[in-house]
Amino acid sequence: MKGYDYYKPDTIEEAMKMMSTLDGAEYIAGGTDVMVLIKKKALSPQNLISLRNISELSYIDTDNGLRIGSGVTHSRISESDFIKRHYSALFDAVSNIGSVQVRNVGTVGGNICNAAPSADTLCPFLVFDAVVLIAGQKGEYQLAIDDFLLGPNRVALAKGEIVKGINLPALGANSGSAYIKHTRRKAMELPIVGIAARIDIDAKGHPNDWKEAFRRIDDISDMLRLLEKERFVCNDARIAMGVVAPRPIRAKKAESALQGKVISEGLLDEIGRIAASESQPRDTLRGEAWYRREMVHVLTKRAVLMALERMIHADSSNNPKTS
Amino acid sequence: MKREIAFTLNNEEIAVEVEPNWTLLYLLREVLEMTGAKEGCGVGECGACTVIVDGNAISSCLYPVMEVEGKNVTTIEGLSKEDGTLHPLQQSFIENNGVQCGYCTSGMIMSAKALLDKNPDPTENDIRVSIAGNICRCTGYVQIVESIRKAAEKMKNT
Repeated sequence: MKGYDYYKPDTIEEAMKMMSTLDGAEYIAGGTDVMVLIKKKALSPQNLISLRNISELSYIDTDNGLRIGSGVTHSRISESDFIKRHYSALFDAVSNIGSVQVRNVGTVGGNICNAAPSADTLCPFLVFDAVVLIAGQKGEYQLAIDDFLLGPNRVALAKGEIVKGINLPALGANSGSAYIKHTRRKAMELPIVGIAARIDIDAKGHPNDWKEAFRRIDDISDMLRLLEKERFVCNDARIAMGVVAPRPIRAKKAESALQGKVISEGLLDEIGRIAASESQPRDTLRGEAWYRREMVHVLTKRAVLMALERMIHADSSNNPKTS
Repeated sequence: MKREIAFTLNNEEIAVEVEPNWTLLYLLREVLEMTGAKEGCGVGECGACTVIVDGNAISSCLYPVMEVEGKNVTTIEGLSKEDGTLHPLQQSFIENNGVQCGYCTSGMIMSAKALLDKNPDPTENDIRVSIAGNICRCTGYVQIVESIRKAAEKMKNT
């Protein structure tokens, strides 16, 4: 391995200063991508600047929304009961990235900055309208995640800038979310397709304890029928798709087709079909384009269903249900 | 450009000179000659190099040695007692045929130890998740899961 020097700054400011003065320097966080690139000789830094010891990057703040420091590991996110219950799609994503060993060191900032088309956290961040907090030369600024992602392994960061964290807005009272990672095996995998969905239901005109009737239903088709019968309307929806384009993308037409409509099985099928038509997958070793498109159809419907189910069980301890 | 780092290795404080571009695995195997942790894939996919750092199972092949400063590292060499008595996990792997070729074994045991340290009463699913990053090409995992389950039982009852 080619030699490099290794620096461990304690503050963002110090790290950015090092980046501007050291030759051939790269930032490293958990290292699960950077160290692999170095070993494969795709990256040959002269200096590595570690972001691992910067305490101002390691916060999880759950007051009015959710704010996560970029240095927080996937394991720490998956251990948060608050995130599991309220930002379930993000919980789904981080609890199945790589392996325990990867999740124990890999960071959320690393996942979004590496910006793989298959990056698991990106679909959830897209459906939660996440905002990326960036420390730049002229101070701190924010960028919507949709604008932050430029292409495969490309993000809107200028040289030396550091992602400080990611902010997720507060959710509506009747909302649920899910992320489905479609894989050949259960762990240590990249998705063939990844689908995240978030749905908010308008419960105006329904009794305060409307969820009770639904909680007694085990069968998801029965739940859907009751939603349709009681004319529950989708207030707001987001659907994001991974590995079907150069970067994870939102299925905006499918989202608008859900907006303001009464939830029904037929509608969800239609949403899946629209999302599939918005995907632009290609043939790769991991899966062929036609198959990916088919799976977008199936999984979009399933992700919205899971989101609905979780919305109903939002206050119960078994949320997210593992269905 | 050697640097000196100090950390705790298997309950012993040590100070060593390292090159800043080494990984923890390189230090363990090539310098300290502790060859329990194996290099399989070298890119964090096989788990043969698993050791425990501050309570967490990690792939030592991807762990920059400079990050070990001040940390608490446990390797397979640190599991048995001084008199040679094996750790219940090690004993259980022997008794339940959790070992065939042995290449994955130290990583498997370290992943299992990290699990049991945090969760002494794991479900079968917890066990399977904990070793999902450890590849074994011999056993089919059944005896390994069994070894861990029985070790957990034994450790609970002592």
